[in-house]
Amino acid sequence: MIPDLGQILFYSILFLIVLSSYWVVMSPNLLHSAVSLLFTLFGVAALYVYLYADFIAASQVIIYVGGILVLIIFGVMLTNNIDDPKLSNQSQNQLIAGVFCFILLVFQFQIIFNTNWNVGSLVSRDSTVNDIGNMLLNKYLLPFEVVSVLLLAALIGAAMLSRKKTD
Amino acid sequence: MNYLESYLVISAILFTFGIFAVITRKNAVAILMGIELILNSANVNFIAFNRFGNFNVLDGHIFSIFVVVLAAAEAAIALAIIINLFKNIGTVNVDEAKELQG
Repeated sequence: MIPDLGQILFYSILFLIVLSSYWVVMSPNLLHSAVSLLFTLFGVAALYVYLYADFIAASQVIIYVGGILVLIIFGVMLTNNIDDPKLSNQSQNQLIAGVFCFILLVFQFQIIFNTNWNVGSLVSRDSTVNDIGNMLLNKYLLPFEVVSVLLLAALIGAAMLSRKKTD
Repeated sequence: MNYLESYLVISAILFTFGIFAVITRKNAVAILMGIELILNSANVNFIAFNRFGNFNVLDGHIFSIFVVVLAAAEAAIALAIIINLFKNIGTVNVDEAKELQG
């Protein structure tokens, strides 16, 4: 029997996400954490492809990998002493936090597997871009404008915070 | 890949790792990475519930677009603050930032 290749790819993507996000939180080197976050974000984009969310997958790759991750690596390079990478990414209280997070994970699994989810019929569809564009300019017009004003405010605020003080 | 639970499980694992990073890390940039993990897990949940619920209406996709926009704004502001912190006190360890007027 030939195993389903899509299934195998799906489980290897899940494995990649778990492994790389583990290395994001446990790596002793901050730059390794940032590069590991790249693989996590790509894995999440691949999950979106499995969920028929083509536009979200593309914007995940463009915004997260192309924008936010570059910004984070920029911050790492500007603020850390690269000559001492072992001390750049210390952790504390790992035992207590590990126990707490394990309990949190058990609770979440309890909820996930004991709830009777109301799953509808699995329809497949082609591109979602058309519908997303229509909804953004009809039903969600006000939140769209508010979010654009917030993005402008964040842009001005970031420029104001990081300029040189001249007075 | 056709079960809702597999996506919810991966989202729960991402969320837990993000909380773990926020609790244990000392470096402010590493805490920011943990927050990105948490936002990504929320996005996976939105898209998965949209896919397995009513896939004819794409409300979950719109919500996840807004989450991505907020994440971008938050990362820009947070990195500006972190660079200012490094200029003022010479470190990005969040335990060292304990004076209001540095």
